[in-house]
Amino acid sequence: MTNPTDVLVLAAAAADGGNAWDAIVAFVQDWPNMWPNLWLSTQDTIYMVVWSTIVSVLVGLPLGVLLVATDRGGLTPAPAVRAVLSAVVNVGRSLPFIVLMVAVLSLTRFLVGTTLGPTAAIVPLSIGAIPFFARLVETSLREVDRGVVEAAHAMGTRRFTIVGKVMLPEALPGLIAGLVMTVVALISYSAMAGAIGGGGLGDLAIREGYQRFNDHYLWATVILLIVIVQVAQSIGDLLVRRLSRR
Amino acid sequence: MIDAVGLHKAYRLKKHQVTALDGVDLHVEPGEIFGVVGQSGAGKSTLLRSVNLLERPDAGTVAVAGEELTSLRGSRLRAARRNIGMVHQHFALLSSRTVAGNVGFPLEVSGVDRASRRTRVGELLELVGLGDKARAYPAQLSGGQKQRVGIARALASAPQVLLSDEATSALDPATTDSILALLRRLRDELGLTILLITHEMDVIKRICDSAAIMEKGVFLESGKVLDLIGTPGSLLARSLFPLPANGGPETVFITYPRSFDEPFMSELTRRFDVDVNILGGGVEQVAGQSVGRLSVDMRGARRNEALTYLSEHGLLVEEAGK
Repeated sequence: MTNPTDVLVLAAAAADGGNAWDAIVAFVQDWPNMWPNLWLSTQDTIYMVVWSTIVSVLVGLPLGVLLVATDRGGLTPAPAVRAVLSAVVNVGRSLPFIVLMVAVLSLTRFLVGTTLGPTAAIVPLSIGAIPFFARLVETSLREVDRGVVEAAHAMGTRRFTIVGKVMLPEALPGLIAGLVMTVVALISYSAMAGAIGGGGLGDLAIREGYQRFNDHYLWATVILLIVIVQVAQSIGDLLVRRLSRR
Repeated sequence: MIDAVGLHKAYRLKKHQVTALDGVDLHVEPGEIFGVVGQSGAGKSTLLRSVNLLERPDAGTVAVAGEELTSLRGSRLRAARRNIGMVHQHFALLSSRTVAGNVGFPLEVSGVDRASRRTRVGELLELVGLGDKARAYPAQLSGGQKQRVGIARALASAPQVLLSDEATSALDPATTDSILALLRRLRDELGLTILLITHEMDVIKRICDSAAIMEKGVFLESGKVLDLIGTPGSLLARSLFPLPANGGPETVFITYPRSFDEPFMSELTRRFDVDVNILGGGVEQVAGQSVGRLSVDMRGARRNEALTYLSEHGLLVEEAGK
């Protein structure tokens, strides 16, 4: 665990207008002490993000497809259905995540049995990310050349097949890019989830870094969050490049 | 092969209504290449899309190969569409699939197994001259090659009818030639019936047996290209041979609906003692025949006799003053 004297040394150094190098050395020396806590929190963050991403894709992808299919000129135009779906998505998009989290507490308790811990956090995270991902899916699908969809109709293709074999494959690079944006947003949301006891790196940063004035924890969580986001983004970019055939 | 009767179609754009088809009758014989030419907005595209019911006409019936499509819906309509191939102006290839994947798409959709698909795709690519491009992606191909893929895909389910939506409009002249030659060869080899729309007169001239000129949702004239050229006042003849309109009242337009061995012009001066001055003219290969059109200034006492003489020999004579 952290040695309170380190913090004092660091604070003193900062107060003198400080020796930045000493501060960095102190931080690096402190890393092994912090690591067990950091590692547990990192695992919690990844756990929350992975599961809420899975739920968001399972719900958001069909929702995005429906938004495009029910639109005018879509596969099955249904203006009323589309208006309802679009309104629901907009409501989800317009709530600040921190408010949404609190607003769905009773639903979380009903589904998970508790409102604390990483598993409970998956509920608000998914609810926040589903409309976000659905809109991104909608945008990517709209990019698909209408001529290709028309050609598929002319070849006697069923609408369900057009979605599966034409629209989704053609939009795949955009869908992956949207997925990465969703993952990055979820990482950021998951840190907020820490504020109401969701666990993870955000929780650690607030408890240890902010409330106990331990700057080392603050820096360490910042570094780990940056690393996680960079890794997610790089994997996504690589996939998009590999899949893009245009 | 294609019989469309009384087609009407209107769109509502904002407040006002646009009539795309205003009573069109279309009859395409088996094995024929039929071209519909017109400016953009004339309704050509709507007409073509009515044939495979991508757009359902408000009124009228469409029958292809004896089957009335306008009465079909759902799976029976989809099955009927597989007998009608379609080639698109901007190719409409799936960018995420290879050439082979694109050509095999219609087969995949209609449930043909993988092994048969492979064989058939190989044959089709050979047929359009792209045997070595099976594994390429559309983005790696030139426009002409993309259109060949489009044609191979349109032929995958062995349709009797091919619809071509401005298939050569996005291509350069040399590539246009090769694609038109390919279409003609496919018609000859496979006995395809081809309905094409275009805004280029050249396409009509090069490969069409029959043609229609379309404007504001109606056919202004339609029929066999050679018959149309031999019809007085034909818009098609005028569009195929743009002649200077600067002649005086003595100007005569003479159309040669085929090639003749007789030296008509020297015959005229000798027999009827008229002066003939050629103002302009052209000879074109139309529907496989040499067709010519001249604009001449003709003066002399026996001018009318001379013109009658030409008409009697099968030339079409139109006087500018009349």
